[in-house]
Amino acid sequence: MTTSYRVMPGPEHFLPPSAASMGIRLPDPGQGHIHGSIVSEEEALEEAARQFLSAKVPTIFPGPLVLWAWNDKAAKKAKAIRHLYETIKECVDSSCQHAMLIPMPDYRPKYPKINPEIEINPNHPNLTIWHNKIDACMFVGVHCHQANLSLKIIRGGTNCYTIAMCAQAGHEDAMVSVRDATADKIIKLADWVKKLKGSVAPPAEYSA
Amino acid sequence: MAAQASFIGQKNKKEQVYTDPWHMMNEAPRTPSFFTGSEVIKEAVRRASCDIMVAYPITPQSEAAALCGELFAEGYIGDYFRGESEFAVMSQCAGAAFGGARVFTTTAGPGTMRAMENFPMWAGARLPIQMIVTCRGINSPLSIQPDTLEISYLMQTGMLVWHAETAQDFYDWILKGYMVSEEPDVHLPLALCCDGFFVTHTKDMVDLTPVDMCLPPYDPYRSPVPCMDMECPPVRMMRDPFVMKSNYISYATHASWQQEVWAAVERSRKHTIRWMDGLIDADDTDADVMVVASGTAVSQSREAIAMLEEEGIHVGLVKVKTLRPWPGEEIREATKHAKHIIVPEFNVIGWLAREVSATVPNNERIHAGPHVCGGMTMPPEIIAAEIKTVLGVKAPSLAGRGG
Repeated sequence: MTTSYRVMPGPEHFLPPSAASMGIRLPDPGQGHIHGSIVSEEEALEEAARQFLSAKVPTIFPGPLVLWAWNDKAAKKAKAIRHLYETIKECVDSSCQHAMLIPMPDYRPKYPKINPEIEINPNHPNLTIWHNKIDACMFVGVHCHQANLSLKIIRGGTNCYTIAMCAQAGHEDAMVSVRDATADKIIKLADWVKKLKGSVAPPAEYSA
Repeated sequence: MAAQASFIGQKNKKEQVYTDPWHMMNEAPRTPSFFTGSEVIKEAVRRASCDIMVAYPITPQSEAAALCGELFAEGYIGDYFRGESEFAVMSQCAGAAFGGARVFTTTAGPGTMRAMENFPMWAGARLPIQMIVTCRGINSPLSIQPDTLEISYLMQTGMLVWHAETAQDFYDWILKGYMVSEEPDVHLPLALCCDGFFVTHTKDMVDLTPVDMCLPPYDPYRSPVPCMDMECPPVRMMRDPFVMKSNYISYATHASWQQEVWAAVERSRKHTIRWMDGLIDADDTDADVMVVASGTAVSQSREAIAMLEEEGIHVGLVKVKTLRPWPGEEIREATKHAKHIIVPEFNVIGWLAREVSATVPNNERIHAGPHVCGGMTMPPEIIAAEIKTVLGVKAPSLAGRGG
């Protein structure tokens, strides 16, 4: 199916469609996607790094698969994510950019509402994004179903740029996605952030 | 896949070798065997590394449930038990799949309808259960003969729905079905349907894969949702369900959840095309008349097309293999030259014709029929007669009062 649909920052619609239903297809191993177009994995990692460096509030949302040390791989990935976060913090301009690391500890809907300063929930991720004015985020270690749930809601009601670092097949509902994520790939993304430091324009309203 | 790959080459307790599925299905030698459709189900399950089979052994439509009991006795299935009704069976299947098991079951007709509440639940919970549906009549007065009406209900549940024509399809698709439905980006239940009695009770030659090869076991860690544990993080997800809350966020979450189920159906295209060599088979797509059919209506259409060919009437054929995902683009392409599209079906409502009508441009080209139902056979002559009527060719009367 050929499609002109592109996965772009919102707010897109009262109820945006799933990207899959609009003809966007997932990448094969070794590939990633940007806005729904298939690219090499390296291009996707580079674009993710650019988005972090150009955002006012670049944020990582680590999910249960990496927050809980349920096996060695999870613990290794958690360290890689902490390294990525520290790298982003070092590489952005702290006078106008504020990197954040906000966990998604579980998927249970929380009422009357979550505390958006300390966590994000897949059922109402927009609350955390609005509260912290997050304009670029990355999901990592979130089960695929819950990640897609969140990514669609974010696209529907916010203007946040979404990146998905997926351990399985990737996420067409994110604007940038990498599949088969490992600790090494997360570190490679941190390397791209370092490499591009200083070459990416700062957030628009600060660029003058 | 890494966890599954680590099993390949090892043996199970029956000395079967966990084999690369692509090699097993496409490259390994095949042995021609003469089996009923029910026996074929048993032979596929023997090679499917199923952890659990839950049965409501209603024998009239298919002996598969009872035959799978024999497999359990022989040690090929991890566990096997009987539910007290079809609803109970499907609920027990859900429990087993939630716990991380590869699950198999069978049903038919009224049983499918009784268990219906479970199917959207399976899909919503992303449980890759495989359910064989040996279609039979669902309405009163009851019939154990083939009638595909129940498929139209299954198509709206969020499950994958495939419609086998032959016992060979059945054998291959049971095994391939697990490969597609267990992909993490799909991870949905599969309703693998056939026209009961015609396929289940008749014998046919089927090429079987080696009995000492089997699929690698299911790896629940590739699931897109956590295994269900009601209390412990990180997997507590089903308490405080959305249905208990009345606010916009709850509704939006539920809507997004439903979209995600149907997105997973869409994602299955890529894997299904690879494993099944396309969602449809199409012959002679340059013909002015195309028949679009699924299940045994394909076999009958093939006969009708051969009969018409002898009379100089050239007709093409589209065999629809998957109903969910729906092969809309493929059907549009295959019928783009057709002036007439004939859709024969074994049900009273013509659900396939409705789907095709919603898919192709200029749908006045579609002729919904012939239809038979309630267990009637569909002789190729009535398909041929329908085509001749459409073409304005005189056809002999097929039923009359003698003389």
